[in-house]
Amino acid sequence: MEKQHNWPLWEIFIRSKQGLDHKHVGSLHAADAAMAIENARDVYTRRMEGVSIWVVESRHIHASNPDEASSFYDPANDKVYRHPTFYDLPDELKHM
Amino acid sequence: MTAASETIFQDKIDQDIRIEPKDWMPEAYRKTLIRQISQHAHSEIVGMLPEANWITRAPSLRRKATLIAKVQDEAGHGLYLYSAAETLGISREEMIGQLHSGKAKYSSIFNYPTITWADMGAIGWLVDGAAIMNQVPLCRASYGPYARAMVRICKEESFHQRQGFEILLVLSRGSAAQRRMCQDAINRWWWPSVMMFGPNDDASPNTAQSMQWKIKRFTNDELRQRFIDVCAGQVKLLGMTLPDDQLRWNEERQHYDFGPIDWEEFRNVIDGNGPCNKERLAARVQAHEDGAWVREAALAHAQKKIQYGKTA
Amino acid sequence: MTTQHTIDYALHLADNALVLGHRNSEWTGHGPILEQDIALSNIALDLIGQARYFYQYAARLMNAAARPGEPEVTEDVLAYLRDSWDFRNCLLVEQANGDWGKTILRQFFFSAYQYYFYKELQRSRDGELSAIAEKALKEVTYHLRWSSEWVIRLGDGTEESHSRMRKALDELWMYTGELFQPADYERSLIPVGVAVDLAEIRPLWEERVREVLKEAKLVHPGSMRADGKATKEWMQGGGKQGRHTEQLGYLLAEMQFLQRAYPACEW
Repeated sequence: MEKQHNWPLWEIFIRSKQGLDHKHVGSLHAADAAMAIENARDVYTRRMEGVSIWVVESRHIHASNPDEASSFYDPANDKVYRHPTFYDLPDELKHM
Repeated sequence: MTAASETIFQDKIDQDIRIEPKDWMPEAYRKTLIRQISQHAHSEIVGMLPEANWITRAPSLRRKATLIAKVQDEAGHGLYLYSAAETLGISREEMIGQLHSGKAKYSSIFNYPTITWADMGAIGWLVDGAAIMNQVPLCRASYGPYARAMVRICKEESFHQRQGFEILLVLSRGSAAQRRMCQDAINRWWWPSVMMFGPNDDASPNTAQSMQWKIKRFTNDELRQRFIDVCAGQVKLLGMTLPDDQLRWNEERQHYDFGPIDWEEFRNVIDGNGPCNKERLAARVQAHEDGAWVREAALAHAQKKIQYGKTA
Repeated sequence: MTTQHTIDYALHLADNALVLGHRNSEWTGHGPILEQDIALSNIALDLIGQARYFYQYAARLMNAAARPGEPEVTEDVLAYLRDSWDFRNCLLVEQANGDWGKTILRQFFFSAYQYYFYKELQRSRDGELSAIAEKALKEVTYHLRWSSEWVIRLGDGTEESHSRMRKALDELWMYTGELFQPADYERSLIPVGVAVDLAEIRPLWEERVREVLKEAKLVHPGSMRADGKATKEWMQGGGKQGRHTEQLGYLLAEMQFLQRAYPACEW
């Protein structure tokens, strides 16, 4: 198994020039915040001027659970989604 | 427990309400989506290679710039799709691993070589054309992140196809050698493009379930027929022909009849025997391995910065 | 012959941008991670865009000065039909990409130069040149930031990345001097306020390079060596005058092939 050198996942929020708020547009991998912002500019704004970019590491986002009558969720599960690296699972566990 | 959630889930789909990452979903839906989205992402990335091949030889500055932009768009599309797939519980690293090990597939079309400049035109017109036909319906796919990625992709894709067609148009009005180059590229890319839509419906066992889940909106044969109908008309504008002597308008069906597809070639290319399978994969593996020290260094530096911050 | 000098100057600036843009574009599809593939392609696009503006300007000047009956000069004629002895790019930009470290270091040296250069060129008496500089400065500001960060990341990353950066520094340093050696056409345009006085921007470039190399934990090549002797800074040159390294010939052979093999065709 190769050394862990996976860049963390970041969620990207963009407010366009005429926009009122930041919108979630997707995610990308970067080694640090500066890189994440530059990548976001390249990928999600195609270098448009006057846009505001917020980047947040995915693991730092906490989200509500969907409003479902039958809630099957562990209330402690407030991660953004099922991303596997949020969970400290043993290396031997595969396909999860 | 499961029966009720299945019902809620399918109801949402039937009402065209998007399924979002944290919603309950059948395991099979999640697995199928991961496979479909990641394979689509892999296709975008591998698809960069046959076109990147001609960047350094693009015959004018304008073509050079637009080709770089197109290939860059494809990288971006791959990224949007990996991003969508990651919301389902798989990491980019794992998906890349599947691609490199040969476990995951990518669109068979990219296993063909680009041997003349005209191939850039043919790929834009035919391959992107086929991709668009597939992708537009997916803008209404049931899974939110996937649909949103597709909307973004479709916005950028139409300029690719127009570009490709324009390349061929200019060639078709050029010198004898250029006209020959144009027809030759069409002759080589036509059937592989037709095969992009996958096996016939009766040989596609997954189609029914995917349609019910609305992660597939039209069948392979439906899309293929539409594609052929459109291209048969467009090729006339180029003054060129499609390499199918059985291509004929059928007044009764209101569609073009067309010749037999070589499914053996299709199967072989999928299985790894296409002209460029090995090179394409090798190039991706090489880039990944060559880049390991870079990725590692960037992470190491990020850690150091945190340490520096603490001691500052 | 100021017009000829301006033409030569514009070609020099165009060639710099085109050759580096071309080199960067060779990475497309082969970068160390998808996001960086996109970043470097973006930089390549910016550079090719700059090249096109300069070529188009040179072409206009050449056409205006041409005798009747002479074939029209276009950006493509200039890019695709000149041989290496007529190319005026610096030797730095034609160097082979090497690994990612060499590529970003080359970019850093050049972007730092372009940054201070365009800042000055904005004030050129030549309206075209100053307009191009203004547009390009925005892009180059980003290129400089991006490449500086990478030099630091890799210089101060792992042992392997550090040693690769040292090697890259060894290989590229001798090409940096030429950036500040004015060619004849530059010398004649400086007093008339058209060209940038390279002597003025040189200390700014040196300061920036010193800063970044320091943060990257890389030894500045101009420093004293371990044995107490100062490193002799012999710089390569000649690119601005059309005397290139062996690299450029291959680059042009590839780039120009179609136009040469199928002359006088539209693409």
